[in-house]
Amino acid sequence: MNVMLNSLPFLMQGLLVTLRVSGIVVAAALVLGVLFGVGLSFGPRWVAWPLRIYSDLIRGLPLLVLIFCVYYMLPLTGLNVTSFWAAVAALAAFQSAHVAEVTRGAVQSIPPGQHEAGKSIGLTFSQRMIYVVFPQALRRFLPPWINTVVSTVQGSALVSLVGIVDLMLAIQQVIGRTFKPMPMYILGALIYFVINYALSLMSRMLEARFAYVRE
Amino acid sequence: MSGNDPLVKVRGLTKSFGANQVLQGVDLDVPKGSVVSIIGASGSGKTTLLRCVNLLETYDGGSIEVDGVEVGYDLSDGRRRPRGERELAGIRADIGMVFQLFNLFPHLTATENVMLGLRKVRGMGKAEARAAAEQWLVRVGLADKLESLPIELSGGQQQRVGIARAVAMNPKVLLLDEITSALDPELVGEVLKVVRELARDGMTMMLVTHEMTFARDVSSRVVFMDGGRVAVEGSPKDVFGAPAQHERLRGFLARIELRDI
Repeated sequence: MNVMLNSLPFLMQGLLVTLRVSGIVVAAALVLGVLFGVGLSFGPRWVAWPLRIYSDLIRGLPLLVLIFCVYYMLPLTGLNVTSFWAAVAALAAFQSAHVAEVTRGAVQSIPPGQHEAGKSIGLTFSQRMIYVVFPQALRRFLPPWINTVVSTVQGSALVSLVGIVDLMLAIQQVIGRTFKPMPMYILGALIYFVINYALSLMSRMLEARFAYVRE
Repeated sequence: MSGNDPLVKVRGLTKSFGANQVLQGVDLDVPKGSVVSIIGASGSGKTTLLRCVNLLETYDGGSIEVDGVEVGYDLSDGRRRPRGERELAGIRADIGMVFQLFNLFPHLTATENVMLGLRKVRGMGKAEARAAAEQWLVRVGLADKLESLPIELSGGQQQRVGIARAVAMNPKVLLLDEITSALDPELVGEVLKVVRELARDGMTMMLVTHEMTFARDVSSRVVFMDGGRVAVEGSPKDVFGAPAQHERLRGFLARIELRDI
């Protein structure tokens, strides 16, 4: 018990890193993923095709492989990035592919008549997306999107493997000093669980909030 | 353009879906202020023709001019170049369309459905757009449904919102695609009444319909399509006056009941 309490301040620093990594990745993946998903769904062939390959390729790789690929390959291309940004880039690439698929599913659930109605009153493509498609697709987008957020927090633990002191690595460092793995892993598991359970609860609330019958 | 040119001018229009050529060279004029009904059996190409006019369907050959402007393609430098998104949106804003399945925006109230185009396409302020939208909804008899969502409205009421949404944009021509086909019979009348009023006010309209009595009463011209071509065109009296000269038209009319609305 003492071990857990004494290590808390140190773990909190790791937790902040975990939250920072997750936050940046979630934001980047949201923006990129929505753009990619729209491109996949409505883009001309020269847009949709490369995106399809990107999405299938990235989603087909284990996240850890992807992180190591980016971590070791970025320097080879002459890009000099810190391990933090390499890991964030890898996570963002991974999650953006998943968000793209979530977006694709959501926007493709909107019937063609909605696009036609939007066209018929003179809305441009982006206006049709913003005012007609997205508001209706939101309900289908939110639950699976929150799943990607949860999986981002989980996946962020892998950044410890390229030497970033996040919650995971902080836990392991404490274990290295105290030789008491069980209480520390239990504490770590608890912290991850609290974050992700909160997200799940939020997801359920949002689902209820947007579950109005407007079909 | 000269004052005598038709508002909508279709020339040699062709369109195929794969191997199936649904439009095989359609010529059609819609003068300003007239109501042209397009009738014909299903598969005759009438809905496709209508949808080509605001480029919900692209067309392969021929031309469609609305108010002197080629709809789908830029022919300015002698080549047939598809129009860009922005250009096309500008052209479509002046061509109203009412759909068979209403296609109202389900997340918006009746008023908001009508306001969307006024705000985002016509650039009206919120108050101005709301006033205009409410005025049109009152005109189509929905004064007490302004804040209703589409799901809370009957089919006939939804379709009247659809009409208000289209005419509020002040289009040059209004396209009506079988707008009563999805309605319960007792709701057809309230929708057609609105269309009659629009016709009386001089709205130029092209309509595809199965309501032959209505087509007879409201139209200036009736076009009978058959096999992707205009087979018969004339005044309602010419087309519906017994007995039809054209054999396929005679067969078509014999299968259709003329019901009074």
